[in-house]
Parts: sequence; structure tokens; C-alpha cells
Amino acid sequence: MQIFHRSTNTLSRATIFGAVFVVAAAFLVLAEVQRSPYITYEGVRKPQPVPFSHQHHVTGLGIDCRYCHTSVEQSSFAGIPPTKTCMNCHSQIWTNAALLEPVRESYRSNKSLQWTRVNQLPDYVYFNHSIHVNKGVGCNTCHGPVDQMPLMYQNASMQMEWCLECHRGAEKFVRPRDQVFNMRYQQPSTTTPVVFAGASFTDQESLGRAIVQNYKVRAVKDITNCDTCHR
Amino acid sequence: MAQRIEEERSGRKQAPVIEPGHTFGSVTDQISSIVLNRPTSTGWFIGFGFFFMLTMMLLYALAYLFLKGTGIWGVNIPVGWGFAIVNFVWWIGIGHAGTLISAILLLLRQSWRNSINRFAEAMTLFAVASAGIFPLIHTGRPWLAYWLFPYPNTMRVWPQFRSPLVWDVFAVSTYFTISLLFWFIGLIPDLATLRDRSENPFAKIIYGILAMGWRGSARHWHRYETSYLLLAGLATPLVLSVHTVVSFDFAVSIVPGWHTTIFPPYFVAGAIYSGFAMVLMLAIPIRKIYNLEDFITERHLENSAKVMLATGLIVAYGYVMEAFLGWYGGSKYDAFLLWNRLHGPYAFFYIMLWVCNIIVPQVLWIRKLRTTPAALFLISGVVLVGMWLERFIIVVVSLQRDFLNSSFGMYYPTRWDWMTYIGTIGMFLAAMFLFVRILPMISIFEMRTLLPEAEVKE
Repeated sequence: MQIFHRSTNTLSRATIFGAVFVVAAAFLVLAEVQRSPYITYEGVRKPQPVPFSHQHHVTGLGIDCRYCHTSVEQSSFAGIPPTKTCMNCHSQIWTNAALLEPVRESYRSNKSLQWTRVNQLPDYVYFNHSIHVNKGVGCNTCHGPVDQMPLMYQNASMQMEWCLECHRGAEKFVRPRDQVFNMRYQQPSTTTPVVFAGASFTDQESLGRAIVQNYKVRAVKDITNCDTCHR
Repeated sequence: MAQRIEEERSGRKQAPVIEPGHTFGSVTDQISSIVLNRPTSTGWFIGFGFFFMLTMMLLYALAYLFLKGTGIWGVNIPVGWGFAIVNFVWWIGIGHAGTLISAILLLLRQSWRNSINRFAEAMTLFAVASAGIFPLIHTGRPWLAYWLFPYPNTMRVWPQFRSPLVWDVFAVSTYFTISLLFWFIGLIPDLATLRDRSENPFAKIIYGILAMGWRGSARHWHRYETSYLLLAGLATPLVLSVHTVVSFDFAVSIVPGWHTTIFPPYFVAGAIYSGFAMVLMLAIPIRKIYNLEDFITERHLENSAKVMLATGLIVAYGYVMEAFLGWYGGSKYDAFLLWNRLHGPYAFFYIMLWVCNIIVPQVLWIRKLRTTPAALFLISGVVLVGMWLERFIIVVVSLQRDFLNSSFGMYYPTRWDWMTYIGTIGMFLAAMFLFVRILPMISIFEMRTLLPEAEVKE
């Protein structure tokens, strides 16, 4: 004795069959949302007290990264420049520009500019700039084309899978130390060979292996150990 | 047939698996009326209410745990695994009887399983559910427990597949899924019976949905038998594998008292041992209260007692071997472990373990006791206590004093440990109360196959 109409058969089949897709789709959406800029802030330009343009200062004027980020080679922290660094030039040029008033105000009142941090790692991650710079990781490998950013934005997801991409195969990314701060550096090819340790390389694979060996980059099992970054 | 052969061999009359005089109609009437016609008794409300209160106590203990962290428990270094693991292993072991009865005895064509398989399977489900709580909450941050599953995460790391704790996740979740499917598929023809017989329109719709349009046609039965047999085949290895994997949690480590190859067989035997004890503890009151002595006969009690006796002897062999190898093995740590079990601070529990699991159940050699419900009920209770003590001894006494004297310590469960443990017992029994009230606790159609009417005539 049936108490439901026979159309319920179709309905129940559709429910069972559909549930597979609904669940699969839900997981897919979750995975995508978790990796989207909504969560990671990748590519998001955050408001700053002064609309500082890296593009103008780096590409236009040719200022080296280390002129402002002074401690990047010796310290875990690259360093945010004091207002004094800005005023080295801006006491001479654009002295009356309205955009720069917060800088001058900061200089007069001796209070730091409150920049909004763009590249932020969680507190449970131990990150050190100096080791990366000294093992041949270029600035733009992680920070992206900063020399073409009118306003600073985060270039990568900063999620652990992104870190591990390099930690599991550093030879695919490293470059000679003297090229670390070169924002226009290109990986070697037959037309643009890269000279390293007296030899000329035309592909990243052999160059990367030579650099990893020469700079004594630690083995994958060492730099992917949990406590390398989570101390 | 099998019964006749057995009777001829042993030369004595066995109790039947179903009392004579029943017909298809009377079996269906008696079992379905428990759910449909029998008024819900005051005793049921009192019993359910009491165990529901214990369930609420469990929720309270868990809420406080999530608020405060595992510091409210008695665990600390050196005993980092306390009640949570003891209770997990105890519960998951209890579940094993249901799977053994439903799958292995089905494949072995043991017709006496037909009257106890349904509630033994329900017991398995509720026991695995109770067991599942503990590994989840002992992680400390249970809201991140999904990390135990391999899924494509943004950390691009997988669980440590070399760890038995990850094997556990797969073993237990597979076990729960298969048990649930097995139980549900076995219920479908009976749910259709309830759908057809119930007069309450609400109940009719609920049973109707659950019966999934069962008409009892030949094609339905054919598909049913095929899928049931397939699931039995899938569940059979689980009886052995699940507790083997649980024993690996210990055996794969190097702690004295854990690092031993005898663990898998002795854990599996212990699981079935405690499982049958739980089956008896539930069957004896249920058959009395619901007047089901016709269906759960002395034969069932005696057979369960025999399984207990056999598995209990395997467990005894395990204990003897552990003690023997402690003395004979030549490892001073193992020798110390034996000494510590016998003379250490928990020696009383070790002695009680032998009394409960090895000495007391030997009375089951006496046939009179195997067929006396009250005696079986008591012995089963003793065995359940004994099996709990076994896990306590394995977990706590091994960790409490291992290699370094400087890191010896004691373990004392706190009131939160006890509340969680007793709470899961409450949850288990509250679920059993609901089960006997709303579902047929004995498989109606499988009981009918045992009747003389069901014999096919040429």
C-alpha cells in the first residue's frame, strides 16, 4: 500500500542523485572562496594616509628598494622608512604639494605616519626577510611588480600552499644575489642568458640548481619541516 | 536442519530459536504492536528521562570543555591519554558484537542471529557514535577536527598517513557508514510493514518515507537480498580491521606495554567479548519487559554466553602472554611494566581486571548459568567493567611510568572526565530507549523465515 504518488519516485531519485552534485559544488565553492581575494586580500589596494606610488619612485626616479627598506638584508623585517627618509627629498621638491601635507605634518609633530600594512603574515608564522634575500629570492618573486604599482597591493595569496610552492622547489625561483633587487630581472633564456659564478646559463633549471648548491640552500626536507616556519 | 545435526551430535535437546506455535501473523503482530499499539509506559518515560538527563550532562561537560580546553581533564604529562582514549576503545569495542552478529553470522547462516541482529546493530551504531565523540574532543581544538581528513586545503599539506591515528579516522568513519547502511537496509521491509499497519497519519508518512516505496515485490526482494549480502561481505572484514587499527594506535608506538604484536588479535577478541556482554545486558531486560521470550530464547542467551566464553579465553591468552613476555622477554622496561602493574599504584585495578575478565566468566562453563538470565546479566556487567579496566590499564599504567624515572607521574580523572564518560552511557541508553519505542527491535521478516510455514515445499 503506497501512501505517496508515484511521482515521488522521480523526486527521490533526483534528490539522491542531486545531493552528490550539491555537496560537491558546496565543497568547490568553499575551496574557491577560501582562495579568493575576499579572504586573502590578494590584489586589494588598501587606503593609505598618503597615496604613495612605488611606480613613480622606483621606475620613474630609479630609487633602490633598500633606500627605504633599509633592514631587509640583515633583519627579519624589511623596515618601514621614517618620515625623515621622505623629507630627504621632499624638503626640497614638492614642498607645497597638498598630497604631502600628512608627511610634513608628521615631520613637524614628530609622530609617525600610520601606514596600512599590506603584506601581513599570521603571528604563528616565523618569517625572515634576510634569509630569503641572501639565498637569492628576488623582491618581486613574492611582492610582484612593485615597480609598476601606483598603489601598493598584495601580490600573492600568502597562504601556506603559496609558501610551499617555493619551499618544495626553490630552484624554480632563485636568482643570483646581485639580481635580487633588480625589478626588471628575467629568468634566463637562450636570448637573455644569466651569468652566475663565472658561467652563463640559458635555462632556469640549471641556474637554479647551481644557485641552490652555491648558496647552500637547505634541502627540501629541512625547509619544509613544520618548525622551520612554525616555531 | 543445523539444529537437528547439532542436537544429534551433542545428544541433548537445545532450546529453539523461536518458540513453537507462532505463525507469520502472530510474529508480525507481536513485534509491530510494541511500536504501534502498546501504550508508552511510565517506566519508559522514567528510563528515557533519566538517560536523557545524563545526555544533557554530557552536553554540559562538552560545552565546558570547549570553553576551557582539555585542562579540565586529568590528563597531563606523562599520562597524555586518559579517559578519552580509554572510553573510545571501550565503546568502539562494544560496537563489534553488532557487526559480528549481523555480517559474519549471516554469512555463516546462523539462523539464531535473526532475532538479535536488529537491536545489536542499533547498539553498534549508538556505541560507535559514543566512541566517535572521544577522539574528536580529545584533539583539544575539535572545531578543527576536519583537518584529520585529506582534503585539498590552502596549506597544501596532507594528514600524516604513516600515523595510525589517521588510519583510525578512516576505520571508524567507514565502520559507522557501513553499520548505518546495513542497519537501514535491513529495516526497509519492516518499515514498510509499519507503514501499512500504523493508523497515525503522521507515523504513516514518516515510516512511508523511510520505507522508500517498498512493495515487497519479487524484484524488491531480489535486490534487497543482493545488497544485504554485499554489505555483509563488506562489513565482515571490518569486524577484524577496525579494532586492529585501534590497537595499532598503541602497537605502533614504542611505549612498554603498547609495543607488542599480540595487540590486534587480542583487541579484536576483547571487542567481541565486551560487545556480546553489552548485547546480553540489553537483551535480557528487553525480552523480559516486552515479553519477547518467544523470540529471544534461552538458545540466544546460551549462544551469546558461549561466544563470550570463547573470546574471553582469547583475551585471557593475551593477558598471560603479556605477563609471560614481561618476564621472559629480557627487556627491563617490559619487566618493570609487569612489576608496576602488579605492585604499582594501580595494582588493584590490574587484579580486578583479571578477576572481572578471566576468573568470573569461567562460571559460564556451567550450562545452568548460561541459561539463567539474571546470572548472565550480572556476569555481562562484570565483563563490561573488566573490559573498561583493561583499556584503563593499557592506556594509563603504560604511560604513567615508562622509561625515565624523572618523568614518572600519576593520573587522576577529574569530575569532567567522569561526567563525559557517564554522559556517553546516558546518550547510548537514551538512544536505545528511543529505538525500541519507534522501530521494530526484532527483524519481523527475518523471524518469519524461521517459521515452519516458511519452508519451501516441492
